Amino acid sequence: MSTTTPPGPVRGRVPQRLEPVAVAPRRRRGLTAGRVVLYAFLTIMALAWLFPILWAVYNSFRDYAFTAVNGYVSFGGFTIDNYVDAWDRGNFGQFFLNSLIITVPAVLFTLLLSSTAAFVLARFSFRFNIAMLIFFTAANLLPQQALLIPLFRFYVNVDLYDTYYAVIITHVAFQTGFCTFVLSNYMKALPKDLSEAALVDGAGVWRQYWQIILPLCRPALAALGTLQVTWVYNDFFWAVAFIRSGDKFPITSALQNLTGQFFTDYNLLSAGSVIIAIPTLVVFFALQRYFVAGLTLGATKG
Amino acid sequence: MATTSVPAPPAAGPTGGRDRPARRLRLLTRQDRVVLALMLGVPAILVLGIVWLPALGTVLLSFTNWNGIGPVSEIEFIGARNYTDVVTTYPPFDTAIRNNILFLVVLFLVATPLGMFMAVLLDRELRGTTFYRSALYIPVVLSLALVGFIWQLIYSRDQGLLNAVLGLQGPDAIAWYGDPNVNIWAILVASSWRHVGYIMLLYLAGLRGVDPSLKEAAAVDGAGQARTFFSVVFPVLRPVNIVVLVITVIEALRAFDIAWVVNKGRNGLELLGTLVASNLIGEASLVGFGSAIATLLLAVSTVFIVIYLVTILRGEEQR
Repeated sequence: MSTTTPPGPVRGRVPQRLEPVAVAPRRRRGLTAGRVVLYAFLTIMALAWLFPILWAVYNSFRDYAFTAVNGYVSFGGFTIDNYVDAWDRGNFGQFFLNSLIITVPAVLFTLLLSSTAAFVLARFSFRFNIAMLIFFTAANLLPQQALLIPLFRFYVNVDLYDTYYAVIITHVAFQTGFCTFVLSNYMKALPKDLSEAALVDGAGVWRQYWQIILPLCRPALAALGTLQVTWVYNDFFWAVAFIRSGDKFPITSALQNLTGQFFTDYNLLSAGSVIIAIPTLVVFFALQRYFVAGLTLGATKG
Repeated sequence: MATTSVPAPPAAGPTGGRDRPARRLRLLTRQDRVVLALMLGVPAILVLGIVWLPALGTVLLSFTNWNGIGPVSEIEFIGARNYTDVVTTYPPFDTAIRNNILFLVVLFLVATPLGMFMAVLLDRELRGTTFYRSALYIPVVLSLALVGFIWQLIYSRDQGLLNAVLGLQGPDAIAWYGDPNVNIWAILVASSWRHVGYIMLLYLAGLRGVDPSLKEAAAVDGAGQARTFFSVVFPVLRPVNIVVLVITVIEALRAFDIAWVVNKGRNGLELLGTLVASNLIGEASLVGFGSAIATLLLAVSTVFIVIYLVTILRGEEQR
């Protein structure tokens, strides 16, 4: 591979993995060997990463009878019946509705509660600021399984077991920690004069929060909202823990209805997987910017 | 903030900007103070009641022999017996510890460096960068449960792609999710698939914050790309590195979903998280016993949570 160097500066001849790719400001070079290797590597990685998803999509459009005869490594037998089937058999309409019932309030309450807490922690100072921030942030990092039994007993005792409330409340509490941390960082960066001006005008703290600070946090709220929708929608654990009635489960657990005890129709399963992934993929393509911002805002403080 | 690798300079320490806002608090009316108390208090009580108290409850239950059914008043404290039982007479625990460590090692030595490497490659103006980035982090938006299913299409013994490609049929076919010798590796591949994109995103964000003149200075001094990265850029990324380290450890400790959707964490897929869940909600319902495992999990997590918090809060003071 080092012999077929395309015309270009000699420096790029030895295929030292990254070397020849110049830092941006240098002159644009043509195709050096290094560049070819780099692009080849990146392309292989990207395709390898996309492959499992594409494979699921591909097989979701194929007839089971066809793949049963010809094997999966084949071409043909295209149909959309799997989607129709999966939707009916998996009762996906109901499960999507359940997910919506859980996700929307959970995310809205998380954002509301974390933004009020963050507002107090970021814009006012008292002795326990740091301690409170730790209290919130650490809560989000605890292993979920470690809360299971006491929470379970609690919900049984207050008659919330097997209701959406149990799942929603738990999500809100768990995610509030993370969002408080992110939002308080964001609010701290807003100019101090804002609050001072408001105080001079005689605006109360609630008005300060609602009319001045919160509107300025729109980018952070959008980022967190996107991220939270994905997380809550994707959650599997709390739903399994606090819901028993089969018709109340969120969509993430619907796939299990498509797997048989002894026999599984993988084309059907693929179609089910794709259907479930669609909302998150829509988020991925439409709101990618916010999703990435949310994810990195938290971990690296933007 | 990213331009120095020196940890928080003590001079700018805790007393720095504290008195000014504190003064402001005294200016508030009583009504304002009540509002503030509610704004902080309501979320705090929720987090306390739904996260911290249950965690404490689990620690307490780990010293009892409760079976989860009888009244709470009949709970008997039995000291550390659950812990000795877990360690001495419960073979799945050893497997789980081994699997969690394996998770940690693979994520840490393979997936995390790969994510970092991809971030370094993609942190420059290349044609098609968006495509490459998107391809790598698309798995991050999928739930781990779904990831488990998607990979089943590849791993299935009779209908999976892997056996078909390897030409393993009939008696030779491997049940990648079923065979206790290989299934942990199968879910490790699936988990890493998702982990790489996440780490790449974190490093891309970190690299964006690195002062370009640093790299240029190093290049002028004749340092190659690899050297520039390891001796100039990498140290500057210290906060990101620690965050990534902690996230990797916590992901490894919390590993649960894939193993649970595959077979409820049995037969080679034992993990601390799945053992806790199966002891608590399984047929036997050994609450005290399961809580002891959960407490061990909590204890190890706490160490890393503290490291994480110290890092991010220190970064904040620096700002």
